[in-house]
Amino acid sequence: MSIVTVNDLTVAYGNHQVIDNLSFNINQGDFLVVIGENGVGKTTLVRSMLGFIKPQKGEIIISPQTKIGYVPQFRNIDQEYPLSIRDFIALNVQHSFLPWLRTSERQRVDEIISQTNLQKVADRPLGLASGGEKQRAYLAQALLSNPSLLILDESTASLDNEMKYELLDLVTRFQQQGLSVMFVTHDWDLAQHYGTRFLQMTGDGYLTGPINELPRPEKEAE
Amino acid sequence: MLTLSFMRHAFVASTFIAIVSGFVGVFVVARNLSFLTHTLSEIGFAGGAFAVFIGWPVLNGMIIFTMLSSILVGQMSIKESRREAVTSAVSALFIGLGILFLSLSSANASSATNILFGSVVGINLTEVWQLIYLSIVVILIIFAVYRQLKFTSFDAIGARVSGLNAALYSVIFLIVLALSVSVAAQIVGSLLIFILLTLPAASAKYFTHGVAKMIGLAILFSLLGTWLGLFLGYLTNWPVSFFIAVIEVGIYCCALVKQKLSGAA
Repeated sequence: MSIVTVNDLTVAYGNHQVIDNLSFNINQGDFLVVIGENGVGKTTLVRSMLGFIKPQKGEIIISPQTKIGYVPQFRNIDQEYPLSIRDFIALNVQHSFLPWLRTSERQRVDEIISQTNLQKVADRPLGLASGGEKQRAYLAQALLSNPSLLILDESTASLDNEMKYELLDLVTRFQQQGLSVMFVTHDWDLAQHYGTRFLQMTGDGYLTGPINELPRPEKEAE
Repeated sequence: MLTLSFMRHAFVASTFIAIVSGFVGVFVVARNLSFLTHTLSEIGFAGGAFAVFIGWPVLNGMIIFTMLSSILVGQMSIKESRREAVTSAVSALFIGLGILFLSLSSANASSATNILFGSVVGINLTEVWQLIYLSIVVILIIFAVYRQLKFTSFDAIGARVSGLNAALYSVIFLIVLALSVSVAAQIVGSLLIFILLTLPAASAKYFTHGVAKMIGLAILFSLLGTWLGLFLGYLTNWPVSFFIAVIEVGIYCCALVKQKLSGAA
């Protein structure tokens, strides 16, 4: 069942066209990898899907029951960031007029902390966390609101190899429980390892199909 | 000292101002609005001067000017890249207006210095009650939108993705900030307002990690500055604002040293 359908999407910044007539869909349970070099419009696609950018043409149909969680590439978290990892995750518990968390809400935060292997560091400042811990905290915050589609935008870009696989293994565990995933990356090895469906974005157009049938750029193929 | 009614009024007023400053300051720091807070204080000065000019209570003029202009500045500087320029322009305009209103009115120079530097020991019982009511309104508004304000202040991207209307909470916060500036200006004056609305919260973030704990600590630092400032002002007959400024800057310097030492460890 399709949860997101993108039809003839065209997005431009002024006169600069970034996405030109892109169409694809995401089915429930997919681990869709959107792969492409820098500058082909991957992040623009994500921002359009999140409603941050209005397309010039085309449509993005998101099924009414689909809730999106988003793990961006960057977040402006410096070393002096004044929240602990637990507090950062709990920011996404918001539907109440009570200033403090109810017991059930605290339990849900603890549960997600445990599922993302952050128990030992949950009370440490987020600003001092390692790159991998930060990404898991962003993931935990996004998962807290029980999304049905998780969008990861180059979330592994700043991680070392071990941490990349650790993060995506974790995401796969949630995907196996029914979460749909859209993973945006330029890393072909990760794409091959985790993806179930693929969309390649290039400067010349868009391709879908099994990853071994997509044209891998020369420098990646080496 | 507390047998004197004006000192009792000053202590009660400064306690409420310190509590409001602690609550609001944490969000001022998280939203990087220190410069806007400083500008609002200048707008407060213009509002106060306008009130003196037409014979209103100073607080009323400050509230009207700061509330209207905070929304104006907020809307004009939605693009972060132009926030500083817009804030500077509005600041320049309102300092000019403040000077104009003072020169047009028959008030003497002490009216201007009271608005600029505060006059907590000159505060009467009616003004104390007005401050208490306003403080309660500010705290109730913050409680009502606490979770949403926290999310939009500390993680704007995450809040936007989760569907929160960032613009709405920004306007709510600017109104709260305008009210707080008007309230706090009574004690430290409009020129030194940013001391209580920024420094205690900026210091608190180096001592703890959590919004509620930061608010608690910022209130504590504000109370320390205002109470000790009043006490030292009473002993020496020097301006209370001077002592509050020195104490809060001292706490902030200690916080920076603590941060540097823990970073080196």
